[in-house]
Amino acid sequence: MGSREKLPPTVTLAVTRYRPEEESEPTLQTYEAPYRKDWVVLDALNYIKDKVDGSLSFRWSCRMGVCGSCGMMVNGEPKLTCAAFLSDYLPGPIRVEPLQFFPIVRDLVVDMTDFLHKLKKVKPWVVREEERPLSEGEYRQTPEQLDIYKQFSMCINCMLCYAACPIYGLEPGFVGPAAIALAQRYNLDSRDIGAQERLDILSGKDGIWECTFVGECTKVCPKNVDPAGAIQQYKLTGAAHWFKSVLLPWGRK
Amino acid sequence: MDVFSRDVLVVGGGGAGLRAAIAVAEANPRLSLAVISKVYPMRSHTVSAEGGAAAVIKPEDSFDEHAYDTISGGDWLCDQDAVEAFVKEAPAEMLQLEHWGCPWSRQPDGRIAVRSFGGMKVERTWFAADKIGFHMLHTLFQTSLKYDALQRYDECFVTRLLVDDGRCRGVVAIEVATGRIFAIAAKTVILATGGCGRVFPFTTNGAIKTGDGMALAYRAGAPLKDMEFVQYHPTGLPFTGILITEAARSEGGWLLNKDGYRYLQDYGLGKPEPKPVLRSMELGPRDRLSQAFVKEQEKGRTFEGPYGHYVHLDIRHLGEELIDRKLPFVRELCRKYVNLDPVKEMIPIQPVVHYMMGGIHTDIHGATPLPGLYAAGEVACVSINGANRLGSNSLTECLVFGARAGRAAAGFAAEQKESNPAVFAQASDEQKRLEESLLRKTDGKERIASLREEMQKTMEACAGIYRTGAALQQAAQDLHQLQERFHDLRLEDHSYTFNTELTGALELSFMLDVGEAIVASALARRESRGSHQRTDHPQRDNEKFLAHSLAYRTPEGLPRIDYLPVTITRWPPGQRVYGK
Repeated sequence: MGSREKLPPTVTLAVTRYRPEEESEPTLQTYEAPYRKDWVVLDALNYIKDKVDGSLSFRWSCRMGVCGSCGMMVNGEPKLTCAAFLSDYLPGPIRVEPLQFFPIVRDLVVDMTDFLHKLKKVKPWVVREEERPLSEGEYRQTPEQLDIYKQFSMCINCMLCYAACPIYGLEPGFVGPAAIALAQRYNLDSRDIGAQERLDILSGKDGIWECTFVGECTKVCPKNVDPAGAIQQYKLTGAAHWFKSVLLPWGRK
Repeated sequence: MDVFSRDVLVVGGGGAGLRAAIAVAEANPRLSLAVISKVYPMRSHTVSAEGGAAAVIKPEDSFDEHAYDTISGGDWLCDQDAVEAFVKEAPAEMLQLEHWGCPWSRQPDGRIAVRSFGGMKVERTWFAADKIGFHMLHTLFQTSLKYDALQRYDECFVTRLLVDDGRCRGVVAIEVATGRIFAIAAKTVILATGGCGRVFPFTTNGAIKTGDGMALAYRAGAPLKDMEFVQYHPTGLPFTGILITEAARSEGGWLLNKDGYRYLQDYGLGKPEPKPVLRSMELGPRDRLSQAFVKEQEKGRTFEGPYGHYVHLDIRHLGEELIDRKLPFVRELCRKYVNLDPVKEMIPIQPVVHYMMGGIHTDIHGATPLPGLYAAGEVACVSINGANRLGSNSLTECLVFGARAGRAAAGFAAEQKESNPAVFAQASDEQKRLEESLLRKTDGKERIASLREEMQKTMEACAGIYRTGAALQQAAQDLHQLQERFHDLRLEDHSYTFNTELTGALELSFMLDVGEAIVASALARRESRGSHQRTDHPQRDNEKFLAHSLAYRTPEGLPRIDYLPVTITRWPPGQRVYGK
C-alpha cells in the first residue's frame, strides 16, 4: 500500500446484536471505529466495547491465532477476527456476525457445547493395550511417523470449519470436520491402536459418509489442517473396514 | 442458590489445572472431581507458549546442572529444595506427556529431540517445533476427556473463595452463559488460573490473564509471594506484543541494534560467535537481555517506531528449511501480523511483559498457608523461579507442581468430613454483592476501560524493567485512588446472558488488588536482583533481602509486606556469570 494513498479515518462495522431476554431475534447494529492499518476486526470490536458500547459481547483471548476463541463471520465468511485485517475489507461497512450453524447465546457468542460432546465421542486420546512404565522411556516415533499425523494435530478447535460446512448446516448431528480430523490424528499416530474403537462413530450414520466433499472446511482452516483430506482418507480405510465387517463378517476387522 | 459439592475442585483448565485434575483422578478415583474455568480449557493461555519445556534427558546432562542453571538464573532467590524436586521429577512428567500423545519433535531414530535455551548450559528443552504450549494443552485436555470422574464447569467465572474456620471450603461462581450464580462446596480447592500480565499495557499475555486466582487467594488471607518479580521477555512484536519465541535465538538468531551490531557483547554476556553458544550472548537470561535493551535505548542505538523503540532479531542466516522445520510459527506470526518474511527480513522486537515469577505462596506440595487451598503453575510461587525464570522451565513447572498439588489435594480431601454449612451464608452474601454492586447497579460514572488503561499505565511507569522508590510510591497512591474510583463504576450491561462487562469489572477489580501487591512488594525491596532493578538501590543485598517477600492483604485493603528466608541447600549465593 503506497504511503500517499488516502486512508479513511474511520470504518463502519455492522455487528450482530442479540440479547435473548430483550429481543426475539438477532439484528445488526452499526458502529464506527477508527481505521488503523495494523488493526484487525477484533481491535475494532474492542474499541467499540471499551469506548462506545460496553454491552457488546464476544469472546477473545490470545490475539495471535492460537487460542481459537474469536471466530466470527466477517462479511459472510468464517474468520479468526484477530487475524482479519480491517485493510482487507475496505471501504466497508464490515459485517460481523456470530459463526453460522451454531445457536447464538448472545451477540457474537455462539454455543459450542455440541462440538465438545462430539470431540469426546471420537476418543481423542491415545488408546493402548497396555501402558509401558515411564521408566522404560519414550515410545520411539520417527520424524516420518510424526509427519503422518502432525498436520491433524494442529486443530485449534476454533469452529470455523463447522461454520463453513454446508452439511453441518443441514445435519447438525454430523460429527463434523474438526472432530473427524482429530480422530484421524490419533488413528494415524504410531503410538495408538484405537482406530477400531473410533470406527462406530466415524463410520456410523453421522460420520464421514455424510460428507459430500465440498472442501470448504479445508479452505477456511486458519491452521492449514486439512479436515476434508482427513475425511477422504478415512473413507478409504472406513470403506475397507465396512467391506470386511459386512461382506466378510467372519474375517478379522 | 444452587450448591454443588465436590471433593476436589480445580479452578483453571490450563496446563497446571488439567495436570492437577488428572493427578487427582489417578491418585484416588473415588473422589468427586471438577475443573471450573472461565474459558473452555483449550482457550487457556498455556496455548500460547512456544519454545519448549525443560527436563534433563541427555547423558552428559545432570540434575545438578539443571538446578544450578535455574538457581543462578533466578539470582539465588529460588528455594533450592523445590528446585531439586523440580529437576528430578521433570523428565518423568515430560515422558508422561509423551505417553499421552504429545507430538514432541524427534531425532531421526525416533528418540526425543532437545534444543538449547536461554540460561541453560546443556540442551534440555523438549519441543514440538515452536508450538509446545498448544500441543501440551490440547494433549492434556484431550487426555482429560477419558476420565469420566472429571466433571467440568466450562465458562464459569469464580468470584470468591469460601473460607470458614480457617479453611478453604469452596467457591462462588457465575455461569457466564446464563448469569446463574452458584456455589461449589469443596473439601479442597486447587487454584491454577495463571498469571496477571494484563495488569500491564504491553504484554504477551492473552486477555484472560487477569490475576484472578492471585486476587482470590489474597482476599481469602493467603499471602502473595515475590510479586515484585515481573519478567519482560526480550523479543515481542511491537503493538501487538505477540511473542517471538526464545527458540529463534536458541536456533541461532541474533539481536542487532540500529547499527547492525550484536550489542549484548557490551553487557557482560560474552563474545559474539557465529554459532549459538550456551549461556552466552543471545542465550543469556531474559532479565539481562531486557535490561540491555533499555541501556541501548538510552545510548540512542535503537530504532524508533510508531509503537516505541525497537531492535532487530535476525534469523535470516538460519535458512528457510530450518525456519520452516523448527520455527514455523515464528514465520506464520511475522507474515500475518507484521507483514514480513523472517527468511528474508529482520524482525522488529522490543521487551514485553511475559510472566510473573511471583504468585500465591505455596510449599513444595502446592499447599498454601490456608488449609484446603492449593495452587500450581504461574498463579503460584513455590518458588523455583526466584528473581528471574529461565525460558522453558514454566511449562515443566505446570506439570511437576500441577501433579504434586493434585496428589496432595487428593490426600487432604480424603481425610476431610463433609463441608461446613456456614459457607452457605457466605455464598448468599456473595450473590447479593454481585447483584447489588454490579449487575443491578445503575449509577456511577467510571468506565471499565478507562480505569483499566490508567492502571496499566501506572504499572508500566513504576514497575517496568527499571524502577525507583519515588515512582513506586506515587504508583501506590495512584492505585489506591483507582480502587476508590472502582466503586463508582458505570455498567451499561444488566443482562444475565453472557455479560462480559460484568466479568470485565470483576477482572479489573482482581487486577487492582494484584497491582497493589506488585507495587508494595517492589517498593519494600530496596535492592536489585534479577528482574527487579531499583536504580536507587542498584546492588544485590543478600544480608537483608535473600528472602521472599510476602504480601498480605490487611483489613483496610492495603498490602502489608513480610519476609521469609530463602531455602538454600547446596548452592550458596554467588555471582551470575554468563558468556564464559
